[in-house]
Amino acid sequence: MTNKPFDFKDYIRTRFFPHIWCPGCGHGIVLGSLLRAIHELGLDKSDIVMTSGIGCSSRISGYVDFHSLHTIHGRALSFATGVKLSKPNLKAIVPMGDGDALAIGGNHFIHAARRNIDITAIVMNNRIYGMTGGQFSPLSGSGKKATTAPYNTIDRNFDVAELAKSAGATFVARSTVFHANECKNLIKKAISHKGFSVMEILTQCPTYYGRKNKEGDAVQMMEGYKTNTAKLGSKKLEKNPDLIKRGIFVERTDIPEYCEAYDKIIETAMKGKA
Amino acid sequence: MENKNNIRFIQGNEACVEGAIYAGLDFFAGYPITPSTEIAEHLSARLPQKGGKFIQMEDEIASMGAVIGASLTGKKSMTATSGPGFSLKQEALGYACMAEIPCVIANVQRGGPSTGNPTHVSQGDVNQARWGTHGDHSIIALTASNHQDIFKITVEAFNMAETYRSPVIILLDEAVGHMREKLTIPEPGDIQVVERLRTSVRKGIDYHPYLPREDDRLPMSDFGGEHRYNVTGLFHDMWGFPNNNPKVVSELLRHLVDKIENNVNDINMYKEYWLDDAEYILVSYGSSARSAIHMAKNRRSRGVRIGVLELQTLWPFPTEMVREKCAGAKATIVVEMNMGQIVTQVKNAVDNPNNVFLANRIDGQLISPTDIKTVLRMIQGKGV
Repeated sequence: MTNKPFDFKDYIRTRFFPHIWCPGCGHGIVLGSLLRAIHELGLDKSDIVMTSGIGCSSRISGYVDFHSLHTIHGRALSFATGVKLSKPNLKAIVPMGDGDALAIGGNHFIHAARRNIDITAIVMNNRIYGMTGGQFSPLSGSGKKATTAPYNTIDRNFDVAELAKSAGATFVARSTVFHANECKNLIKKAISHKGFSVMEILTQCPTYYGRKNKEGDAVQMMEGYKTNTAKLGSKKLEKNPDLIKRGIFVERTDIPEYCEAYDKIIETAMKGKA
Repeated sequence: MENKNNIRFIQGNEACVEGAIYAGLDFFAGYPITPSTEIAEHLSARLPQKGGKFIQMEDEIASMGAVIGASLTGKKSMTATSGPGFSLKQEALGYACMAEIPCVIANVQRGGPSTGNPTHVSQGDVNQARWGTHGDHSIIALTASNHQDIFKITVEAFNMAETYRSPVIILLDEAVGHMREKLTIPEPGDIQVVERLRTSVRKGIDYHPYLPREDDRLPMSDFGGEHRYNVTGLFHDMWGFPNNNPKVVSELLRHLVDKIENNVNDINMYKEYWLDDAEYILVSYGSSARSAIHMAKNRRSRGVRIGVLELQTLWPFPTEMVREKCAGAKATIVVEMNMGQIVTQVKNAVDNPNNVFLANRIDGQLISPTDIKTVLRMIQGKGV
């Protein structure tokens, strides 16, 4: 926590603006929560490396005044793994879209979780491929409309939290852009966690997902996040167990972090005990 | 006097490992694939001994990504693979071209296409090394026919990666990669090792990661260090910010190609045998060159004026040099283990392409001196 009041201009590259996001897009709120979290943690901008892939969400990396690596579609976690293993002192944050993280990048996602490398994956889940114009993603779920599903999707969706948990992530949380403050606090925990942390944030795409599926404008979609989700352990969830759960699903510290484990390999190798 | 402690009897893949360590390799990411796996195996032991990092990634694509990430932070980085894996790496390899990130990719070639002939020799990836990734770009690819040369070109691959800020491909093949022979490891300093050109711009002063100096070189700043900047695979301006202004796009593309094509002579490595009076010239590379040299030596002892031009730099193709060397020849025979990938370049280079012939073998067996002799006798009108 720092005493200086938060000013987003301290953290963005104004030269890079205006951003590419559509009016009503939730990604700006994610960016806001992320920057506030970083401010409150008192992190030095030069200690943060933000690595992203391709998609609307992935443009976040260019907008922020950190070390920023905008890579190729789906592979951000592999680039981030190279950076982190080479410079373990850096805080590695990887913002990803749902298609980027879990379709083309699904393999890297589960293996980064399995290794428990100290990277924070922020999955900005708007349930659609926005940048290419509204095709269904592995998080759209069945019975949805998309430009590649004119007769509705038949594909089932992943549950990001369950997937991350079973792949071995040692911190897993979910929030929404409606719950911006809660979201910020969970991002803080995710970034502070030593190990692979996954933060899923539900964020609306009114332009494609909302329009195609008649979920209304940005305000109505955000209203949906309020009504259709419930905090873990809440009475609301007890009464309506089918609601989307928010909160911390996994938080464990008993698994060695990958870079630290590799340091022990170096120690052993240097002693000649191959 | 050779220092006996520096003598090894090892595989070509290990010679590549020794060259990489000599060049200052800090980071390796890879995925198991025949016939390159020994490179990963040996580096998994060697790198941590010197405080370096080895990681076995979940796939070939991830390996290439991790190598690029590590290189950006200032570490000399490489990966190793073979045909199918090389195909998978191509998108990220193009990223390294675009973002100008030094890295080395060893491709120990096996028979293709597809899973092909995993445990047998081929030189079928020559054109993939040149044009495997999409879009206009230039690339450096080096090859060698024996372990001493594998060591040398591996060091040079790292040197060129740093000098030109480009991926450099080491094209070995199954025969030379798995064959065992003697390697004498040079003493430190025997081969020059090029270190990264780092910016002199101090902390707190604007650093332009993509503003070339007058000599067209771009000093780097270790990513995650003093300067915060953006790296992208999009066309970008001097700040590394995405930019699709037509002038920015064309200037960047020309820069990416020119920085390599304008330095063909510096990048070109080759060896020549008995070319001075040669009427017949064998142009070859990699393990094929061993048979070419053997055959030429044998024919010369019988009075045939034949020589060998052994290419070690395949890309950028040394067109001028090949034209000059082959200018006086009655016939030029390109010896390679593919359907004719370098022969096309040689025909394009020489004054009379009708005098260029192909001696090849594509069945997974090492081309033999007899195979080459058969082609020579046909050219000479002597029958086979």
